[in-house]
Amino acid sequence: MRGFVPFVGHRIFRALIALWLVSTVVFVVMRLSGDPVPLLLPPDAPLSEILRVRHDLGLDRPLPVQYGVFLSNVVRGDFGRSIHYRVPAVDVVRGYLGATLELGMTAFFLAALVAVPIGLFSAMKRNSPLDHAAMTFALIGQSAPTFFLGILFILLLALKADLFPTSGRGDWKHLVLPALTLGAFAMASIARLTRSAVLEVLGADYIRTARAKGVSEMWVVAKHTLKNAAIPIVTITGLQFGTLLGGAVVTETVFSWPGIGRLAVQSINNRDYPVVQCTVFVAALLFIVINFVVDLLYGFLDPRIRTH
Amino acid sequence: MAGVAFVLFLAVVAAAAPWLAPADPLRQSLRGRLSPPTFEGSDGRAHLFGTDHLGRDVLSRVIYGSRVSLIVGFSAVVVGGLLGAALGIIAGFAGGRLDAVIMTIADAQLAFPFILLAIGIIAVLGPSFQTLIVVIGLSGWVSYARILRSQVLSLRSREFVEAIQALGGSVMRVVLRHIVPNVLSSIVVVATLELARSIVLEATLSFLGLGIQPPTPSWGGMIQEGRDYLDTAWWIATFPGLILMLTSVVVSRTGDGLRDLLDPTLRGE
Repeated sequence: MRGFVPFVGHRIFRALIALWLVSTVVFVVMRLSGDPVPLLLPPDAPLSEILRVRHDLGLDRPLPVQYGVFLSNVVRGDFGRSIHYRVPAVDVVRGYLGATLELGMTAFFLAALVAVPIGLFSAMKRNSPLDHAAMTFALIGQSAPTFFLGILFILLLALKADLFPTSGRGDWKHLVLPALTLGAFAMASIARLTRSAVLEVLGADYIRTARAKGVSEMWVVAKHTLKNAAIPIVTITGLQFGTLLGGAVVTETVFSWPGIGRLAVQSINNRDYPVVQCTVFVAALLFIVINFVVDLLYGFLDPRIRTH
Repeated sequence: MAGVAFVLFLAVVAAAAPWLAPADPLRQSLRGRLSPPTFEGSDGRAHLFGTDHLGRDVLSRVIYGSRVSLIVGFSAVVVGGLLGAALGIIAGFAGGRLDAVIMTIADAQLAFPFILLAIGIIAVLGPSFQTLIVVIGLSGWVSYARILRSQVLSLRSREFVEAIQALGGSVMRVVLRHIVPNVLSSIVVVATLELARSIVLEATLSFLGLGIQPPTPSWGGMIQEGRDYLDTAWWIATFPGLILMLTSVVVSRTGDGLRDLLDPTLRGE
């Protein structure tokens, strides 16, 4: 494990820089987007009242001071009070985070559990009609716009076939359509990559050797192929999980799913800066942590990386 | 190639919209509201894609909507391509601290659900053609920069570049005369894939109400309007959606095809 500590240290350093850049951009964009105070008060509020609220929110201080206060608070996990909900922004986001994680995890595992066997099967039955059908679906899934996919699912599976509810959060039936919509892109990407990774391994010399010495086909796949194809599959799967978080904004809006994606869109409309900042920060943090874990998994899966 | 032909066809449709569209895309008709696809509607005209909640002809709106998709899509590709190519070449050629700064920004952008940033910027500047083009262009520069940087890095150490520099050729000359032609095919491939992504992103933002504003017809906006009528008038959202999906699939397949054709080194990335 030589070089492990510097490797991890370097990754953490880059992650921190990325987080700092993200929070700075969010701060600048949100501060440019106008004064939220008129939205909070009745239209006929007296000037003294407006000034008082501005002062309470710290909006009357110079921008660099606001920025400094913002950064030092972010480090302590304090994003200020929500302007709209009048409670700490972190608490608001925490209240919505569960729904997003539930949807994201379901979509992710659905995608991985469906896509890896499909990719494996496609590779083993290369050029069969089933392989062609699966890969055509994967191509469409990769380029179809998420929001329209959601609309199609609602139209066909909720309204016409009446199998699932059209929107909202509740029992498992509410999860199916949003999870399919959100997971479609990941599913398609993972299936395509699994197929090509397995095909590459199947062409390797050691597979020929294994077959030549009489190893059963089951064992060739289970022991020799999957383990060697795992590295690219884990990479793309991890990246897909991060991408899901961005897709959640659209999916949650289409299905009225009460998660942080929809919260972000609503908060931008409410000019609720603290909640927007907190949401974006939490989303970026999740993404970075996931990529970090994926990087560590490489070393676990590929002994060559560990020694270098 | 079928994909190129499709894009050309779409461009012709967009340009010839006033002559091709069977009706004015903005003309409302209270009596002809929510008519299903028909050859002879209550007004005696054919509405092959039906009419929407204001009685406007959906086919005509889809035809006019292609203008928005193509104009925003192509312009965003130009903005993102110029910025990304310039930064990628600079990063690859300059190396050192400048390279580190550019690539850290690229990483940070990738570490970020860009749609949130897009929503934020559009909320500030207000939705318009120009804002959309800049925001969508900005969202795409990283892909150009990364690929060009890696290609420049490998070209930079080749003998012919060293030879030019030894002969006194300026950096600018090396970049313009020797690096750019070598990476042009990569740019074309990335640009095609980016075109598909830009068109979808424009439709997504319009769907969220942050893109092209009504009554101007755009595919994303039409899907948003039709969403409330899915139960009673499925055709309002479905036709623009299917055309959008077809466009996205065909253009990104064209990008994949071009990649295999022009640039074997990119295959499998």
